[in-house]
Amino acid sequence: MSDVWLVLGGTLTGAVGPGISVLYATYGELITERAGRINLGIEGSMLMGACFGFIATVETGSVTVGIFAGMIGGGALSLILAYLVIYRNTNQLATGFALTLFGAGITAYAGRSYVDSTIGGLNPISIPFLSEIPKLGSALFEQDILAYTAYALGPLLFWGLHYTRTGLSLKAVGESISVAYAAGRNPYVIQIAAIAIGGALAGLGGAQLSLGFTHTWSEGMTVGRGFVAVGLVIFAMWSPLRAMVGAFLFGGAIGLQLQLQTVGAPVSPFILDMLPYLIIIFVMALWSRASARAMPEGLKGVLKATT
Amino acid sequence: MYNRIRKLPIFTHSHRILIGVFMLMAIVALAACGSDDPTAVPAQPTAVPASSSTDTSGPTTTTATTPSTAELHGGSPDIFLKGFEDAAADSSFRATSKFAAAAKPLAAGEKLKVGFIFVGSQKDLGYNQAAAEGSQYLEKAFPDIEVLRSENIPETADVQAVEEQMIRDGATIIFATSYGYSGPTKAIIEKHPDVMFLHMGDVESFENYSSFFGNIWQLEYAAGQLAGHTSKTGKLGFIAAFPIPQTLLNVNAFHLGAQSVNPDIKTTFVLTSSWCDPAKQATAVQAMVEAGVDVLTQHQDCTKTIVEAAERAGIYVSGYHQDASPAAPNAWLTGAAWNWGPVYSEIVAEIRQGTYKSSVMFQGLDAGWVKLSPFGSFLSDEVKQSILDTVEKLRSGNFQPFTGPITDQDGVIQIADGVVPTDAQLQGTGYLLQGITGRTN
Repeated sequence: MSDVWLVLGGTLTGAVGPGISVLYATYGELITERAGRINLGIEGSMLMGACFGFIATVETGSVTVGIFAGMIGGGALSLILAYLVIYRNTNQLATGFALTLFGAGITAYAGRSYVDSTIGGLNPISIPFLSEIPKLGSALFEQDILAYTAYALGPLLFWGLHYTRTGLSLKAVGESISVAYAAGRNPYVIQIAAIAIGGALAGLGGAQLSLGFTHTWSEGMTVGRGFVAVGLVIFAMWSPLRAMVGAFLFGGAIGLQLQLQTVGAPVSPFILDMLPYLIIIFVMALWSRASARAMPEGLKGVLKATT
Repeated sequence: MYNRIRKLPIFTHSHRILIGVFMLMAIVALAACGSDDPTAVPAQPTAVPASSSTDTSGPTTTTATTPSTAELHGGSPDIFLKGFEDAAADSSFRATSKFAAAAKPLAAGEKLKVGFIFVGSQKDLGYNQAAAEGSQYLEKAFPDIEVLRSENIPETADVQAVEEQMIRDGATIIFATSYGYSGPTKAIIEKHPDVMFLHMGDVESFENYSSFFGNIWQLEYAAGQLAGHTSKTGKLGFIAAFPIPQTLLNVNAFHLGAQSVNPDIKTTFVLTSSWCDPAKQATAVQAMVEAGVDVLTQHQDCTKTIVEAAERAGIYVSGYHQDASPAAPNAWLTGAAWNWGPVYSEIVAEIRQGTYKSSVMFQGLDAGWVKLSPFGSFLSDEVKQSILDTVEKLRSGNFQPFTGPITDQDGVIQIADGVVPTDAQLQGTGYLLQGITGRTN
């Protein structure tokens, strides 16, 4: 029985720890896709955020500067994508993938002398009373500041998308550029802003990974978490609240597989290693009909054009 | 804009998305599981940099921590052992005339070029840094040697491309420092008979391909003893990447050392399936703390994240590969570290004199190939002395902790009562000892 509790605790702790960075990237990709664009460069944006956030923190000694540097790094990379896909009309999927590789290369180069640097970084802040709740409290409420802002950002984005003029404009552009144009919006400005904000959020996720969760910069340290975020957006059916569920499920699966190993579960660690990805694939297959219906119209055009 | 009630060709779209996402997931899963087949990747000489550590193209953009198939399968101990013995039997003393390029006297002002290839960053506070510092030692020891370095090279055909480039740049001795470089490197040794390839950790040798590795498990035993002294919960943690024989030998030695001072000690063995994934390492530390572990050690390529995370979690940590004590002043106990500088220098000196024999070599404390990292400042002199005594006993060769009976997890006797295992047997370890929680496959 104690093993069950232990595994449960490990899953919860894991859900938040490695989940937060993926959650930010998922938010970012979600905003981009709501505006009718796909950014596969989100992995590169995360790396930019992780790398430049870390470098800025080492150089200035201030984590705040690091966080903003991470956001700027992630946003800058996605602005290249915005220019290419909107003004040069390049293929979105190919461009995004190329930018991921570009981001990986540029961060490997820029960060190579910072691999052994130590930083104070972001440290956990305990919320009084709430952190006393057994298991759940220590998992959710003994986290760094970026985790708390990630909790708040989900409902905030939900409200923003559905109940504000800006959010509605964003969604309108995602559904139909011509309709949004007829309604007096400038669709391209909105899309560029959405791509930039999306990249900045992914950069913030990367910064959380390097400054908050690991206090380390290491080449390619996101290991595909940006692509996981792209999958999670579909999993979440373009809803920020379901994105939280998805990201925590992904993180929880990582925590679960490591905690299961500590209790000597009779399952191969290699099988367990696939768990986070299997869960996402399984749920997406289950929801494929519903998610196809929820997809912004603008994305359908993208995917149609590429096949 | 909300007219989604319209009948849409749902299936075609969802299919396309799903196929795309499945492909992405497959890429991610492949990268994460690292089931990379070296032979499946074509060489791309043009995309590969020569020797600088400042490149951004080609190999550096891929995940650098791909294990070979053998590593994934944990290296079947029998095959491993057999390969080792065969190699030891027929290849230890071969003529070495063919790679004499490095033995030729140099013209005035000319420099002997030695190539070093690393799988990770040279500043990873771990395996690659230890090897990189060894190469710096070599450079200082011989003023007429120029070292070419290339870092973050994956264990695929990429390494061949780097080797070819180094040879074009004039290298006559090449150190392939990562375990998984063995396959790709062996594929090109016949093409370059006058170049000497030195691999770290392989179990076979050829005329111009030699292999060596250090018995670092001896220090894991000593570090385990210190962990046994320090632990209050009686639970130790070992975070590893893949269950390769080297790793299994290390965790067994660590556990055996701890058991020698606390017979009831338990060790938890967790695999991250990556040589360097900081986020997973940090999650593994959380899982260990959750499980009540209060002394951690590891077998990862980059060690910094775990050492620092242990410090923040308020538990103790024992290092690996490299001294990382400044990163954790309150948590650092000691560590097992490499001492490659003198090893490299000795090998290069012998090659230049023409006396070097291609071989498979394992050396430990007695030859000075491994060293104990500094102790944590908070440890008592008494405990420190007892650990130093153990190290001295191991160095003298009179003490072999793996003397039977050695029983594995399933209660099977792996080394019979009173039997002293050979180095080859130990390097083929394929089991975990009794008292260790974890799996080898």
